[in-house]
Amino acid sequence: MNLKKRIIPCLDIKDGQTVKGVNFVDIRNAGDPVELAKRYVQEGADELVFLDITATIEGRKTFAELVRHISKEINIPFTVGGGISSVEDAKKLLDAGADKISVNSAAVRNPDLVKEISTEFGSQFLVVAIDAGVVDGQWKVFVKGGREATELNVLEWAKRVEELGAGEILLTSMQHDGTKAGFAIELTNQMTDLLTIPVIASGGAGAKEHFSAVFQQTRATGALAASVFHFGEIPIPELKSYLKNQKIEVR
Amino acid sequence: MVAVVKYNAGNIRSVINALDRIGVESLLTDDPKELRLADKVIFPGVGEASSAMKYLEERGLDEVLKSLNQPFLGICLGMQLMCEYSSENETKCLGIFDETVRRFPEDGIVPHMGWNNFLSHSGVLFEGISALDSMYFVHSYFVEVGPDSIATTDYILPFSSGLQKKNFYGVQFHPEKSADVGQKLLENFLRIEP
Repeated sequence: MNLKKRIIPCLDIKDGQTVKGVNFVDIRNAGDPVELAKRYVQEGADELVFLDITATIEGRKTFAELVRHISKEINIPFTVGGGISSVEDAKKLLDAGADKISVNSAAVRNPDLVKEISTEFGSQFLVVAIDAGVVDGQWKVFVKGGREATELNVLEWAKRVEELGAGEILLTSMQHDGTKAGFAIELTNQMTDLLTIPVIASGGAGAKEHFSAVFQQTRATGALAASVFHFGEIPIPELKSYLKNQKIEVR
Repeated sequence: MVAVVKYNAGNIRSVINALDRIGVESLLTDDPKELRLADKVIFPGVGEASSAMKYLEERGLDEVLKSLNQPFLGICLGMQLMCEYSSENETKCLGIFDETVRRFPEDGIVPHMGWNNFLSHSGVLFEGISALDSMYFVHSYFVEVGPDSIATTDYILPFSSGLQKKNFYGVQFHPEKSADVGQKLLENFLRIEP
């Protein structure tokens, strides 16, 4: 018996509604976040992520009210992210009941934020989300919802935020996100070999085999997806029994 | 009335929400009188050991907690603070349990984050819960296996996922975040007679 691999539906939130951007552009509506979250809990999701996708772009402040509602209704851990740029933002979400927060662009702008949040609230509270894209054959960190490339090398950045106190990395490959062609196995594998903190793979899930591949070929402890779950293309109970048959330990 | 110990640690809201879902009224308090009068006391929290102990000591809460007689449940950091000593910033803790708290070796992924089940478990707290049922863990420090262990879990090495001495109970995982099976454990605790 051992630690179970986590299946993590991600709910992108805009104006209190769940949306999913395909390659971060096209958006379809998939309903009320609290209702969807409760359905996922019943189906056996291991954790949930709520990302306020408008936050960074439009400078909107975080969605503490929705977070408060979610924490009353659901009884599994959840992470919230989007536009968190200060210890105060983090504190508001902690008080609202978030188990973890994820920071992305703000950490790139100000790496000390990673240290400040993890010192204040503990590493277990802080997920650093990394949007990875290929520029001239190199994996680079992207910010602002994947719209802007930076000079940062993805693996170097991951190592740095681990040293600064991140408790976990959420690695999204923008090359794979929305393609439904599978996770970024090679990049995820390089990252899990390099780090001692947990890494969640994200971007590209389109079939059950993609989940078994990422768990068998990398040390990722969780896999995140959105649309395949929202639109019922891969029911979570079916995914879990498939993974069990593949000898992958799941709850 | 269930008292939830108010101190400088996170995750307290989640415990109150879990009690609300069960339909049990709770009171978040650091008032010694209210803590002594409560039917049950829950000592939750995630955070860092030395700053938490400092906070408790400055308010005299360390002595109050140790002297309580009603069923008492420490969760995660709460359970670790009930031990003798934590290597997290070399902190002397409450000493309710004789076990000590150590950091996981770095040859595995740390923190231990996610769902895990039991190597062994026993007692009223785990009634109706199978060793194969998973609970949600998030921790970089663990309590060694010792005479007070009532549950053990394997991650890198076997550690105490549950402790008990007299009226004092502790769990390393988060029952308030462990779906229906976690709720069952909380209900088991709430049924324990003083």
